[in-house]
Amino acid sequence: MSKIRLEITRCKGCGYCVEECPRGALRFSGHISDKGYDTVMVDESLCVACGSCYRVCPDRVFEILE
Amino acid sequence: MKLKAPESVFSSASFCPGCGHGLAGRLIGEVAEELGIEHKLVTVVDVACCSFHIDYWKFDTIMAAHGRDIPTAVGVKHVRPDSAVMAYMGDGAAYAIGMAETIHAALRNDNICVFVINNSVFGMTGGQMAPTSLPGERTATSPKGKDPARYGTMSGLELVKQMDVAYVARGELIGSSGMVRAKTLIRKAFTHQLNGDGFSLVELLSPCPTNLNLPPVKAKAFVHDEMTKYFPLGEFVDKGGNV
Repeated sequence: MSKIRLEITRCKGCGYCVEECPRGALRFSGHISDKGYDTVMVDESLCVACGSCYRVCPDRVFEILE
Repeated sequence: MKLKAPESVFSSASFCPGCGHGLAGRLIGEVAEELGIEHKLVTVVDVACCSFHIDYWKFDTIMAAHGRDIPTAVGVKHVRPDSAVMAYMGDGAAYAIGMAETIHAALRNDNICVFVINNSVFGMTGGQMAPTSLPGERTATSPKGKDPARYGTMSGLELVKQMDVAYVARGELIGSSGMVRAKTLIRKAFTHQLNGDGFSLVELLSPCPTNLNLPPVKAKAFVHDEMTKYFPLGEFVDKGGNV
């Protein structure tokens, strides 16, 4: 079961979550969104669902599922 | 632990990447839903970047004249004493154009919550130097840095905390721990209002990457490393004790 869900259309590529993630599970994808931002992607094998990304995201991209 | 963004906040689309308003708006939505006051909360927003929240919150929201959201919120509270009422503004509104309103609402100890987003510049108008700009800070109107010999640096919170008010605190919208702390301060401010204790002011230090001319992560570091030297974090007045 998935631990984390990303609503990637909201991402503005600020990078707060990439810096905050204690497991290094988040990184920039290189995919440029319709709004022109380099969005983030998650490596679920590293994610421990701690919620740090949810707390620091200004744009409500993350949902922690467990 | 399951974490899902509050339903009472449904967008942050117009804010710049890394803006603290999206963080503050989400925290207020979370606290309102946890306290069960989302249906009786009336928010008053100021004319500036914070006014975008009028389209993003499901709460009943009024946009007041610039710097006058505190008296507007006081008026709403007098007419609807059962409602939870908050004024949401930037440092320009609270400590520059609206300084008189902030001070006199604190003097009267009006039973409202005030949330001030302090980003050290006038954000929406283009990053001009503000009373809260730090000495030496480069802004649109101080390209060589703010001259401390000519311009002082102050926060209205320092005045408000000397008065007989219910709650005065300062937090930062930086990092996971800062966000957890900021949420606690917001919850305490609302709890004081619901208990009828009086005026609460919570100042939240926030990054403004666009007008600081920094990438979001460096703007965040500026707030955490530099701004907190001049604007120390903490709870300064807590009349009700442990809420």
